[in-house]
Amino acid sequence: MTNGIRSILIKNGRLIDPANGVDEVADLLITEDKVQKIGRLDNKADTVLDATGRIVSPGLIDLHVHFRQPGDEEEETIASGSAAAVAGGFTSVVCMPNTNPPIDEATGVEFIHRMGRQARKTFIYVMGALTKDRKGEDLAEIGLMAQAGAIGFTDDGAGVQNTAVMLRAMKYASMFGLVVSQHCQDDSLARNGVMNAGYNSTILGLPGIDPLAEEMMLWRDIQLVKKTQVRYHAQHISTAGSVSIIRQAKEEGLPVTCEVTPHHLLLTEEYVRDYDTNYKVNPPLRTLADVEALRRAVQEGLIDALATDHAPHLKSEKELEFLAAPFGIASLECALPLYRKALIDPGLLDWPQMLAMLTWRPARILGVQKGTLAVGDRADVAIIDPDAEWTIDSGRFYSKSHNCPYDGWTVKGRVLQTIVAGELRYSADERSACRS
Amino acid sequence: MTKHKKTDFQWRNKHLIGLSDLSREEIEFILDTARGFEEISTRSIKKAPALRGKVVVNMFFEDSTRTRNSFTLAAGRLSADVIEFSKSYSSVSKGETLIDTARNLEAMGVDIVVIRHGAGGAPKLLSRSINACVVNAGDGYHEHPTQALLDVYTIRQIKGTLDGLKIGIVGDIAHSRVARSNIYAMTKLGAEVTLIGPPTLMPAQVQKLPVQVSCDLDAVIEKLDVINMLRIQFERLGGNLFPSIREYSHFFGLTVDRMKKAKPDMLVMHPGPINRGLEIESEVADGPRSVILRQVANGLAIRMAVLFLVNQAAAVEAKEQKS
Amino acid sequence: MKILLDEKQIDQILDRISSNIADDLGSHKELVVIGIRSRGEILAERLCSKLGRLLGKEIPFGTLDITLYRDDIHDPAGDIQPQVRTTEIDFDIHKTTILLVDDVLHTGRSVRAALDALTDLGRPRTIRLAVLVDRGSHELPIHADYVGIKSEVAEEESVRVQLKETDQIEQVTVE
Repeated sequence: MTNGIRSILIKNGRLIDPANGVDEVADLLITEDKVQKIGRLDNKADTVLDATGRIVSPGLIDLHVHFRQPGDEEEETIASGSAAAVAGGFTSVVCMPNTNPPIDEATGVEFIHRMGRQARKTFIYVMGALTKDRKGEDLAEIGLMAQAGAIGFTDDGAGVQNTAVMLRAMKYASMFGLVVSQHCQDDSLARNGVMNAGYNSTILGLPGIDPLAEEMMLWRDIQLVKKTQVRYHAQHISTAGSVSIIRQAKEEGLPVTCEVTPHHLLLTEEYVRDYDTNYKVNPPLRTLADVEALRRAVQEGLIDALATDHAPHLKSEKELEFLAAPFGIASLECALPLYRKALIDPGLLDWPQMLAMLTWRPARILGVQKGTLAVGDRADVAIIDPDAEWTIDSGRFYSKSHNCPYDGWTVKGRVLQTIVAGELRYSADERSACRS
Repeated sequence: MTKHKKTDFQWRNKHLIGLSDLSREEIEFILDTARGFEEISTRSIKKAPALRGKVVVNMFFEDSTRTRNSFTLAAGRLSADVIEFSKSYSSVSKGETLIDTARNLEAMGVDIVVIRHGAGGAPKLLSRSINACVVNAGDGYHEHPTQALLDVYTIRQIKGTLDGLKIGIVGDIAHSRVARSNIYAMTKLGAEVTLIGPPTLMPAQVQKLPVQVSCDLDAVIEKLDVINMLRIQFERLGGNLFPSIREYSHFFGLTVDRMKKAKPDMLVMHPGPINRGLEIESEVADGPRSVILRQVANGLAIRMAVLFLVNQAAAVEAKEQKS
Repeated sequence: MKILLDEKQIDQILDRISSNIADDLGSHKELVVIGIRSRGEILAERLCSKLGRLLGKEIPFGTLDITLYRDDIHDPAGDIQPQVRTTEIDFDIHKTTILLVDDVLHTGRSVRAALDALTDLGRPRTIRLAVLVDRGSHELPIHADYVGIKSEVAEEESVRVQLKETDQIEQVTVE
């Protein structure tokens, strides 16, 4: 091309654009930051990528990541997290506000956005805290954060315990039309729990978190949604009981959505049996029956989005006693093959259905025009080899942390290139955790 | 099941983390071995050179006089050098981690680490991180293997066998490592175990354990051959798990009156230290059916046997690695 | 395999040894017999009853487990570990004359361990050693006072003592 206009031509890929019902072999021409043309193309371009046998998908969107900045830059920064994101095919991620200090006012929102622009990898969204200091008491400056560009509100890491405060927060947030998101956990039931409450917690002698802790708050919030009609999103649901509650809310036509993580689709509490803290996560890993219920719910379409809850932690912290180690799993860079393993391999979803849960459906929860790949759309693209087999090596992650229980797993499906706003921001050839 | 001749059995565990991992045969082997150590405590020179030149560290992250003394004495009677290390543990305190501490001690040439810790799984974590043998002296609500071993040893000593015995464990099962280790040891040796206490002191899905559960001590006591009264641990009780001590004692205390309903030869056990007048009345604790002091004496033989066996297993392992 | 002693010969040897012992130690008031586990224990028990008959009195008898006193405890031969068994000596050995009994005297290390173990139990006046077979190749300056049969056995061969009580058959073989 001439005139200094950037262009990328992706040849011969299987173009999947679930929002528009597209699943066909086609070429895709990107000019500047937009999709210019789709079809059988002979245009010249600065970069030509051969995508024969590969999937060309709208860039993936992750509703739930922790990039630890500000405060815990030793674990992750927005720069390192962004690099991890594009390596996982994610062109947009939503940062949670439970940093140190938490993102509970407009300057914090602006800071995250600025760091995201500087990192120049993935597109960074941020949710603001619902309450000041995430204490669940006084409302945070929801309006000012909304004006600064916050994409939604949550006290993630904890649920808002006090029902009156939650009702107030929902009512107030409804003024701005943004989503209110909740980490559902009733602390009076969860107490000092560190794993699922049940036979395994009894055997291990560890305090348990009863499924009720999640379900009680989810149920309560849904009653509040009935009253406020605010758009409500339940984060990382983990139990069969939660699935029933969500089903009922959706049947009633309430504006309720939810997400599920790779670990709650793949792992059970049995993995905790050796006190390996890489399996310590909140909500905790549950039983096989819960995993099966979540998978069925995905198949039924009850779950709106797949989200990693990427939660990086230092090795020295994860080396602590199970009781003392922090909750969390870092999985941004290997999420796609994990979803494949949980959902496509057992025949619950096909690629277009699964990619929908990683593209336009999460975009709709956020209320943004993303996750589609029609002419004129922003050129966020992931090129995926759906069958490439590789072994996860957390030591090669772009993420600063390696607390990944999937380390050593051999998986199928690999992100080869990630294009954000028309720029090739990641290519598997450079250096990658995803090397075959 | 193949019946091995005793002399063919080889102990291969260089750690003792819990009894849930051990087979009946392994548990019986420890008990049989302990018999050989009983005699040492009866001599005028109470020492044998079996661990001469070995270093044992007592790493106690929780207060304990009885268990610590027992391990110290056991290691001493086998001629080991003993380092005492104690530190209070809080899951939120920063600073040197357990692994750091252990690696430091290991650099000093420690052969066996005896660990008591408030967090379930700490001994397991340790065993993954260092080369020395690890012996669990009680971890959180997880296990207290040597206590359970001395309990079944004491029962076997008096009753001959545990096969077919009906044993009751009374109290705060949810927060008791002693109860868990007891359940494994007793059921593996053939006893029928009934857990007795209010539902608020029972762990999650207790019905999946190989036990019966009752909240009515009076209804169960007459069938029991052995009763093990757990200590009510006030420091463990974060919440309001029963209304008052008075009410607890009323329903679950072992009183002289209740003893009248029991079999005349029912053994009364308690892992100590006793809260007199709370879970057990003094007259019962000091009475003829109480074997509480015998438990303490047997604890020594059990701990000597355990220290000896893990060290032997380590010696075999070291030998195999060399060749 | 070569038979060194048969059932009859073993009994004759025990008769001879016990009469020698009765001659030498019969006057010692506090004579006791202690066998080293496990074959020494059986031989000791037999010797003890023969001695009792010869001397016309009950001779105290005990067994000694030497596992905790072995010098190879941290350096096991192969992967086989000796099992700790009980020492059963229910009398005070202070000022006694001990007849220590083992089946085979070879390196002398078991006897060394037994002497250490006995020292921890008390202070006997005299300790004498009786063995059924002395196969030579002593590694320590230890010799038996009463020997059933002395036989130089090659290093690679082993002497096997089988007794009715534990092995059904009664013989000593070299293989």
